[in-house]
Amino acid sequence: MITVKGLRKSFGRNEVLKGITTTINKGEVIAVIGPSGSGKSTFLRCLNRLETRIEGSIMIEGTGIEQMEGQLRKKVGMVFQHFNLFPHFTVLENITFAPGQVLKTEKTESLNDAFELLKSVGLSDKANDYPAKLSGGQKQRVAIARALAMKPEVMLFDEPTSALDPEMVKEVLQVMKNLVKSGMTMVIVTHEMAFAKEVADRVLFMDDGKLVEDETPDVFFKDPKTERAQAFLEKVI
Amino acid sequence: MNLDFAQLVPSIPYILYGIWVTLQFVAVSLVLGFFGGTVLSLFKIGKITILRWFADAYTSIFRGTPLILQMLIIYYAVPQLTGVDMGAFTAGVLTFALNSAAYISEIIRAGINAVDKGQKEAAMALGVSYQSMMLKIILPQALKNILPALMNEFITLTKESAIVSVIGALDVMRRAQIVGASNYRFFEPLLLAGLIYYLLVMLLTLAGRVVERRLAKSDYC
Repeated sequence: MITVKGLRKSFGRNEVLKGITTTINKGEVIAVIGPSGSGKSTFLRCLNRLETRIEGSIMIEGTGIEQMEGQLRKKVGMVFQHFNLFPHFTVLENITFAPGQVLKTEKTESLNDAFELLKSVGLSDKANDYPAKLSGGQKQRVAIARALAMKPEVMLFDEPTSALDPEMVKEVLQVMKNLVKSGMTMVIVTHEMAFAKEVADRVLFMDDGKLVEDETPDVFFKDPKTERAQAFLEKVI
Repeated sequence: MNLDFAQLVPSIPYILYGIWVTLQFVAVSLVLGFFGGTVLSLFKIGKITILRWFADAYTSIFRGTPLILQMLIIYYAVPQLTGVDMGAFTAGVLTFALNSAAYISEIIRAGINAVDKGQKEAAMALGVSYQSMMLKIILPQALKNILPALMNEFITLTKESAIVSVIGALDVMRRAQIVGASNYRFFEPLLLAGLIYYLLVMLLTLAGRVVERRLAKSDYC
């Protein structure tokens, strides 16, 4: 579904991605892990053109993402580390805003969808609250619902639990697990190793802007091939 | 010390009518200035070099020269050049709108830059167009943050509007001067004018607080 070839990205003289090549198939759940500064988030952000001026190519279903314009953001949803909910909108408005503006969905339909989504993330009672009133975990679940309201085919998660208090992590991971069960194609940058092990079909291990390992979680966590991955796993597990 | 307010009484309605003139003047300048300032600020943060350059040059010129000079140029010098003669009121409004647009554009630009860049990214990731993103997501948040600075600018505008008396617009200031000159007593009418300006500014401050409180509602409930 997504084909990445020779992806390079620099910020000034600092080359953050040094030639990434991989394929993400429909329905696959990919965990991207690696040390800080390895380029995981940049890689993710390249996939929906939050980072532009890249070298190499990224294609979704055979079309280069530069040529997709509006279609790209309709197909690809994103969840951020810091939620980025719109603080001046209620929970409901956060979810219905983009469908109304971008997809021109009827108000009643987008409201129905929103209530449905809120139910699925367990926040039906928060529909009319402002984000400031929610806990971190609740905010992130709203953010997931907001992205899903656009009916994307792929969901990108940029460290979705890294900014949460420990006791909030589980509720967000649970929502993500439900999403995995629904068959959504997902690319998840994460430090939650247990979660990656449990839900991922493949683990991409990145270090210093390179894709060092691309394995199933069973193989990767038990028997990492590179020294770099071994050292990393020793520290985090 | 010989204050004699009794003598001022017949002239009070004349001076009070100036409030209407001043209010009209301030309201029109304020709306135009705010609109112009918003457009300029969008130029400044935009990607089009020539517009950015224009907005920067504009701000630099209007901030770098005296307001009264700008007004005299617009009132006296522009007609000389173009043959278009405008009234004192129009010339004054134009000057104040152009001038405050420069200041307001800087305030709004700072406000936009202070909005968390995650907001822009979230809007982009959802496929929201630049225009809706700016109007519905970024500007409302920017305005909330800059409201105190904006109120400051509006208050300055209200007080500085007294400068139009120089070109003969019949605002509160001008009227007070006229009354003073005809009675040979300046203290009383000028005191009244001062009181009027002070009350106007207080009203504006109060209105600002109300708006601020209303905008703050998303912080609490």
